[in-house]
Amino acid sequence: MTSHLGLMVVFALFVSTVFASLMRDEPGDQLRFGARLFAGFVGAGIVIGWLLYPLPL
Amino acid sequence: MRADAADRAEPASNKYLVVLIAWAIPGAGHLWLGRRQKGITFLVALTAMFATGLWLEGRIFPLGFDLSQPLVGLAAIADLGIGIPYFVAKLMGQGAGRVVAITYEYGNAFAIVAGLLNMLVVLDAWDVAEGRK
Repeated sequence: MTSHLGLMVVFALFVSTVFASLMRDEPGDQLRFGARLFAGFVGAGIVIGWLLYPLPL
Repeated sequence: MRADAADRAEPASNKYLVVLIAWAIPGAGHLWLGRRQKGITFLVALTAMFATGLWLEGRIFPLGFDLSQPLVGLAAIADLGIGIPYFVAKLMGQGAGRVVAITYEYGNAFAIVAGLLNMLVVLDAWDVAEGRK
């Protein structure tokens, strides 16, 4: 897999899984918090990516 | 979520051993302390994340004190945070890193962050062993 978006999604999945397990004790809370973290990571990545798109590199 | 005072466990007598085990095998500290669900989650997620970093042809940075490349030293410390998988990968000849691979930097990020996350897991295991959680 060489897709930047795909790898970012996999990365966000790992990180949100670990953070949700660290910061919440109940499985239901972990699932909800992890889902919010995951959505936040991916959403922020996409938004920041588009914001940076016009910049010359 | 912070546990209520009544829910807190008694401090473990072998806290330093818990920390050592938690560092050596991701999630093992929580398993040792009876936090089975968390332990298994950390074991699977962190090991898979580190393995993904190797699969993406990332580099396992060597420990050294080359002052001309301080970032390599910091990356090595972060990689080492994953514990025994770092040494197993080295022994298996993995983690050489192929700089020209398109996924090289991604692989580095996966392996480094897996090590850093395991350091947080070790701190959490310490808190549990202390009876704070």
